[in-house]
Amino acid sequence: MPNQIIEGSQAVAKMVRLCKPKVLAMYPITPSTHIPETLAQMKANGELDGTIIRVESEFSALSACIGASSTGVRAYTATSSQGLALMHELLFATAGMRLPIVINVVNRALSAPLNIFNDHQDSMSERDSGWIQLYAGTNQEAVDMTVQAFRIAEECLLPVMVCMDGFYLSHTYEVVDVPDDIKGFLPDYQPEHCYLDPNKPMTIGTWAMPEPYMKLRKELNDAAEKSVGTIQKVHDDYAKAFGRGYGDGLIEVTGEGSTAIVSIGSVCQNIEAVAKEKGMQLVRVRCFRPFPRQQLIGALKGKKSIIVIEKNAALGLGGGAMFHELRSALKGSDAKIACYVVGLGGVDVTLDYLRKVADSADSLGDGEVRWQNE
Amino acid sequence: MSDILAPGHTACAGCGEIIGERVVLEAIGKNVVVCQATGCMEITTTSFPTTAWKVPWIHVTFENASAVASGVAEALAQQGKKATVVAIGGDGGMMDIGFQALSGAMERGHNILHVITDNEAYMNTGIQRSSGTPKYASTTTSPAGSVLPGKGEWKKDILMVCAAHHIPYAATASVGYLDDLKAKVKKAMEYEGPKVIQVLTPCVPGWGTDPSKTVSLAKSAVETGIWPLYEIEHGKVKITHKTKELRPPEEYLTGQKRFKHLKPEHIAAIGEHAKANYERLLSLETSSLQLF
Repeated sequence: MPNQIIEGSQAVAKMVRLCKPKVLAMYPITPSTHIPETLAQMKANGELDGTIIRVESEFSALSACIGASSTGVRAYTATSSQGLALMHELLFATAGMRLPIVINVVNRALSAPLNIFNDHQDSMSERDSGWIQLYAGTNQEAVDMTVQAFRIAEECLLPVMVCMDGFYLSHTYEVVDVPDDIKGFLPDYQPEHCYLDPNKPMTIGTWAMPEPYMKLRKELNDAAEKSVGTIQKVHDDYAKAFGRGYGDGLIEVTGEGSTAIVSIGSVCQNIEAVAKEKGMQLVRVRCFRPFPRQQLIGALKGKKSIIVIEKNAALGLGGGAMFHELRSALKGSDAKIACYVVGLGGVDVTLDYLRKVADSADSLGDGEVRWQNE
Repeated sequence: MSDILAPGHTACAGCGEIIGERVVLEAIGKNVVVCQATGCMEITTTSFPTTAWKVPWIHVTFENASAVASGVAEALAQQGKKATVVAIGGDGGMMDIGFQALSGAMERGHNILHVITDNEAYMNTGIQRSSGTPKYASTTTSPAGSVLPGKGEWKKDILMVCAAHHIPYAATASVGYLDDLKAKVKKAMEYEGPKVIQVLTPCVPGWGTDPSKTVSLAKSAVETGIWPLYEIEHGKVKITHKTKELRPPEEYLTGQKRFKHLKPEHIAAIGEHAKANYERLLSLETSSLQLF
């Protein structure tokens, strides 16, 4: 049933089922829990082929996925916040081992204080782990990204996290088109590089001396940077097959104006409305890793003023990670670039608040950082 | 000797751990996937781009060998592939940092043989105390000094903890009794589900012993009752190497640098502890009590 009123988590779970992961590891954490719950019910109803491993921690969730993926099958898990942080060590290992695992990260604030609500501190803090990071703006996009993620991961031999905002997306019911069939778009996973099989013994996950270590890390970086092309190609193929695309696959530009707002995630729905009112342009970042440097430079060329709005903070540096990376990418540009840190721990980013942000454009200094609550 | 683990690795002369792994894998054969925790075995056998392994082998991190094995076992089953899945780690990797992963994998019932190569300290990082370190052993983080006589606590009884997961088979073994180790591996493989074998694997630099003494020490640990060989099959205890009279503990302790500071009262305490443990196991066997 393509068009349906459905919760974001349930819609994503339906797409995961169509992607046919052979092993799914599960561990509960708010707000990602509805995804594994939905998949577990499918299994109970005989509607899911894969084996579910109900592990005892997120650390073991990703460990089990790594083990499964290393035998040459598609492996999947979902998590949030502390769960992703607990996986930190393994996120680096997964990328270093070039295993195409997909995680749905349902974004939530990190402790302390403990907070279950949405921001992007969890996934943004893993930006250097070697994972491709895609951020959904809507539940429809979260569904579309999930199937794209498996293909991107398997073509690039890089793990992918599909990030969707906790509660704002995961727990929200809206009309979503979940395709009935994606067979042609996502072929069966056929690993060629490495897999554990007694008929063809391989050693996977060795240690390395400094020179080979650094060589492999450089290769990983190059693969991550190069994945830009695959992400766009997979996005374009999907758009062609399902009639739905999002900008160039890396960023999505809406509206026009001498001032641009650059943001990421579901808050862009509100920002788009305000930008339209104020005659500003919205540049929504879909893919944060690899960082779409060239696409952003192209989109922001000739702007007078750029406001980055983001839900994470590089503590001790001020501003969010995206703001600092964008400033670095736009070095030498005449544009004035400022940052608003918003929505941490689920603080509402309302239309009225965003209007004030837009109205502040002229008063912002280059490099200035403001927090929503100051 | 089979060619599962090739020569050319960089393990120390007299390394008990590599003897233990080789013999475990010889008993299993080549239809195996080895999931190894971080430790000396990874370092000595897999310096990229070389490997000593002629069977499929994976290492991910220190604390997750049994969790990785869970994924491997279920993924192989999904593909209809039949192979023995082994999770191997040291006392640190299985009894301390990887204990949760081991417990979770046992509780879920995956068909995995979990092997603890127990050399009684964090040897790869330079001889630090673990929960597997015996009482009074001097390590770099529990050194013997003028006030403290080495480690202050008795060794964790990991085998009973494992058996309490209601697994079909758990056993101790020693590289001093290789036929017993092989027999236990083969017996373990007959069972579906989680199995645990805890092998005593003397460490030459860690224990401060002569490379030529590894096997005789591993025998002496058994003869003194300090490392009793027993199995827990469906919850019932059976001692697999009975000793009419336990040898005095100093036969095992003397000659090991980690115990060289021991005073007679420490040696006596170790002897009493070993005797009490051995007698407890004997009475459990005699009673035929189903513990778990």
